[in-house]
Amino acid sequence: MIIKPPPRMAIDHQAVLNEAASRIRRSRTISQAGRRNFLRRSLTLGGIAMLTGCSLVDEASVDTALSRISRINDDVQGWLFNPNRLAPTYPESMITRPFPFNAYYGEDEVREVEESSFRLEVTGMVADKRKWALSELRAMPQIDQVTRHICVEGWSAIGKWGGVPFGNFLRHVGADLSAKYVGFKCADDYYTSIDMATALHPQTVLALTYDGQPLPPKYGFPMKLRMPTKLGYKNPKHIQAIFVTNTYPGGYWEDQGYNWFGGS
Amino acid sequence: MSSQDPTVHPGWLRTTHWLNAIAVVVLITSGWRIYNATAFLGFSIPKGATLGGWLGGALQWHFAAMWVLAANGLLYLGFNLTTGRLAAKFFPLSPKALLEDLLAAVKGKLAHADPQHYNMVQRLAYLFVMLDSVLLVLSGLVLWKSVQFPILRELLLGYEGARRIHFFAMAALAAFVAVHLVMVALVPRTLLSMVRGR
Repeated sequence: MIIKPPPRMAIDHQAVLNEAASRIRRSRTISQAGRRNFLRRSLTLGGIAMLTGCSLVDEASVDTALSRISRINDDVQGWLFNPNRLAPTYPESMITRPFPFNAYYGEDEVREVEESSFRLEVTGMVADKRKWALSELRAMPQIDQVTRHICVEGWSAIGKWGGVPFGNFLRHVGADLSAKYVGFKCADDYYTSIDMATALHPQTVLALTYDGQPLPPKYGFPMKLRMPTKLGYKNPKHIQAIFVTNTYPGGYWEDQGYNWFGGS
Repeated sequence: MSSQDPTVHPGWLRTTHWLNAIAVVVLITSGWRIYNATAFLGFSIPKGATLGGWLGGALQWHFAAMWVLAANGLLYLGFNLTTGRLAAKFFPLSPKALLEDLLAAVKGKLAHADPQHYNMVQRLAYLFVMLDSVLLVLSGLVLWKSVQFPILRELLLGYEGARRIHFFAMAALAAFVAVHLVMVALVPRTLLSMVRGR
């Protein structure tokens, strides 16, 4: 039997959001201390440290070994990724309401982007580097999909996003589809990057709407890259610039230790 | 004593046992830290009992140790099947004998005299933990790659179902480990035979 998602968000969502915001703020400030603790604690596990092939006193090499395994896991996931396999879709009645807010900052710090002056930058290995107004993106053929968003923290929620299939957009701007990475820079100073295979997946959408309405600021106005084949932190919000490259661009969380591929 | 080979546990078994023990400790303690990121059962695991320091660190440990568990588990099952040990040590299973052994265990009279021979309670416990480990690997696979393994995902009740199965299978494994350690403390020579084979 599938147990329903915890009802607490529905009961008092403001309190939960406040708590989540403060937790995220706290976790940012302790993240460095947390890393030191993690390394210190790992030293007490002598056998494990030996398994990774490092000397017991060398904290940095434990970290390096784990990061290296994480990059191997990127390759395994790239190999497992089937470009035609679709994530499950759901009826609209199953949409999680309210859809949880999540970012590396609290909901009271959500960035407001001005639509009239907004222009999307497209750079790197693309033929057409002109900037895009939001209205031009809205004029392209759109799709809608109801999919499950899975967070690295474990929870999941179902939402409805609509917009331009990202593969169509990349082809439209003449992107080099043999390039390795597509990177994103966001108005909230977030940044991340994805593999080209996922960028071209039929369910990868440059989302302009949430639940039939223009994307509200908290869900990433003016646009978000929505990928039901990747964890939440891989789905950038408030996208300002898209670039195609062969140079590994990393990401906000990925540079701190989250797995780069981060795919389902 | 009989004239048989005095070896209780062959080398491959002892090696895979201890590798498995290390992998399980890393996976469970890092898994607790991952659980704490969204403590969906309403309680958190004390931080001191967890590995990784923060979610990203715990995930790195978890997704490293999973390879040790899976590769070592396949080796163990492979040896167990090809050497005939699985059939010889764990079968047949008799419900009647199990009941008798359980009763004897409650009375504190369950025989451990011959370390070559597993009583019914031991057989069932070890077979259970093998199956539970397989369930942990499969549900973990769904959590990691839910889109890429659609049949497995639906069999394990979807992403959210697999998440709960993964947690409760971990709890069952942790309970096994607790009982296992108590039994070893009660009969210390079993520890010796798992180290030196005799």
